[in-house]
This record gives sequence, C-alpha cells and structure tokens, in this order.
Amino acid sequence: MMNYIWPLMIVISFVSSIITGRVPELSKAIIQGGQDAVELLIRLLSMLCLWGGVMEIAQQSGITKTLSRVMKPILKLIFPSLKKENYALEAISMNVTANVLGLGNAATPLGLESMRRLQQLNKNTEVASDEMVVFVVMNTAAMHIIPTTVATLRSQYGSENPMEIMPASILTSVCALGVGIAVAKIGNYLGRRKKK
Amino acid sequence: MNSLINTLGAWVLPLMVVAIVLFGLFKKIKVFDCFIQGAKSGALTVYELIPTLTGLVVAITMLKESGAMLLAAKLFSPLAAFLNIPEEIIPMSLISPISGGGSLSFFESILKENGPDSFLGRVGSVLMGSTDTTLYAVTVYYGAVLIKKTRHTLFAGLCADFTSFLLCSFFVNLTID
Repeated sequence: MMNYIWPLMIVISFVSSIITGRVPELSKAIIQGGQDAVELLIRLLSMLCLWGGVMEIAQQSGITKTLSRVMKPILKLIFPSLKKENYALEAISMNVTANVLGLGNAATPLGLESMRRLQQLNKNTEVASDEMVVFVVMNTAAMHIIPTTVATLRSQYGSENPMEIMPASILTSVCALGVGIAVAKIGNYLGRRKKK
Repeated sequence: MNSLINTLGAWVLPLMVVAIVLFGLFKKIKVFDCFIQGAKSGALTVYELIPTLTGLVVAITMLKESGAMLLAAKLFSPLAAFLNIPEEIIPMSLISPISGGGSLSFFESILKENGPDSFLGRVGSVLMGSTDTTLYAVTVYYGAVLIKKTRHTLFAGLCADFTSFLLCSFFVNLTID
C-alpha cells in the first residue's frame, strides 16, 4: 500500500508546488525533512524507552493479567460469538489493556497474537471474519486513557498544563471508537443478511 | 470542575509510574533490570522506525511545503467553518489515517507556531490523542495472518477518524475554558 501512497505524495507535492509557485520551498523541504525526521526519532527514543521499561515491570508483576481479567465482561459484549472461545478472548483483552494504558509497543504484538487466534476460528482463511473486522477497527482507533505522546510534546513546547486535554481526548476517542464499532457491526449484519 | 479534572490529569502519570514500580517491588521483582529490558525493546522499535519515518517525514514535509494540503483543505473549509473547527487542523486530520509520523509532524508545527495552550494547539492535541494510523493497523494486522479481503474494515476505521475530526473542537470547548 505504501508503495503507492509514498510516490503519490511526492508527485502531488511537485505538481502543487508548481501550481502554488512554491518550488524553492519544496527544494528546502527535501533537506529539512530528513533533519526533522531525526529530531522526531530522538524524541520518540526517550519516550519509548521510558514507557517500554515501565510496561515491562507491569507485565512481569502481573498487573496486566489482572487487568485483562477485569476487561473480559466488557469484551464479551463486543464479541458475543467468542463467549466460549476463552483462548481468543484472553489475547484480545491483553491487547485492549495495553492499548488502554497507551502502550502501542506492547499492543501490536498482542494484537497480532489475537489475530492468529481469530484466524484459527475463521472459516475462510482469506477473508476477514466478522470478529476480525471489529477487532482491527478497535485497533485503528485510539483507546488509551492517558495521551502520553501528546502530553510529552505539549510540555516540550512549554504548555502550562500538558494534561488539560485529557478529558476532551477521552470523550472524542470513545465517540470515535463507538462509531467505528457500530459501522463494523452494521457491515457484519448486512453481510450476514446477504448470505441468507 | 475543570480545574479538578486538570489537576487529576497532572496526577495520573506520576501516580501510575509510582504505583507500577511499587507493585513490582511488592512482588519482589528486580524492577531496574526489568525496566532496562523493556527500555531496550523500546529502543529497538525506534531503530526499526528510522528508515520508515525518514522516508515518510521527507514526503510529508514536501507535501506540507508544496501547499498541496492547503489546496485540499479549501475543499473541507466550508464544513469546518460550519462546525467551528479551525481550518488549520484539516491537513493534519487528512494525513492522520495514512501516517502517524505525518500527523505528528503537522501537530508539531501547530505547537511550534501557535503554542500548545492556544485553542488550535488544544484542538490539535485532542485530535492527535484520539486518532491512530488506520491504514497502518489494517495493513499490519491482516498482513500477519495473510487475509486478503478486509471487507468493510477500512471504511469503518475511516468513519471513526472522521468522527474524531468532527468532535475534537466541540469537546475542547466543553471541557477547557
């Protein structure tokens, strides 16, 4: 996919820089972009190290497992068909827990494990199952409670209260997540009706 | 009420770090060794991000400087004006489903130019905190189990992103004075 999007971005930039008369700016951007990338990476490095370390402590001390037990009743509502498939549900709750804690690093490997388990229950292994659609949509939305990345950047740019956006951020995320899951479920419903 | 939420927000992160470390000690875990181990995997993730992020940030900086996003933003500006959404947020919300690094770089320039405590800075923060890279998740998750037909996943994910765009400034007005 990126093999199409990346060149498209470059071609579009070139064409629109001609339209808007910004070719000199574009030339500067190519050099500046590389430098920006490195700066961004250094900032990410400190953040991911710190957070990865704290998460590891949470994992080894069993906090994440306890949290996933708490999560299960809610997830059973979202995935009613997995009521008896504890094996898949456990991986999903670990993934959701990691997401809620804002640990993208941990969430991705746990999410892939969940996909593998869902694939074992899938009838046609080339087509996404209903549960997979809902699960991936949940992972495309932000589920975290604490917007760590945003708060870190805000404080680096001198915010007086980096965390003040937290309530608004949670409310927006919850609505977006709700809409995503609803659209996924409606699609599942329409798909089932079509089959009949 | 608002100041209470704000104070609470400032306390969450330190409290959580302290609680996790204390619980680790309580469970008799070598917390620092454990931290180092986790931090190492964090560092490796960044290492693997270097090429992708460099390639993308260059393309996105080009896109930004060429004025392309401003041309595209003009299409959406009537809708944004109707919903009281700052126009400057449109380029960021257009790129956020495609590239996390891209929206991050738009977000950073908003912080740099307007400050994090401006209305625009706050709306940008909320948008940044409430969206994730839809395309990336769809590609990686389905790629890992060799699913070819993703059905309505991408559409549903984009609906969620659009919801964030529509609601971010409304909730900023609601929760921060």
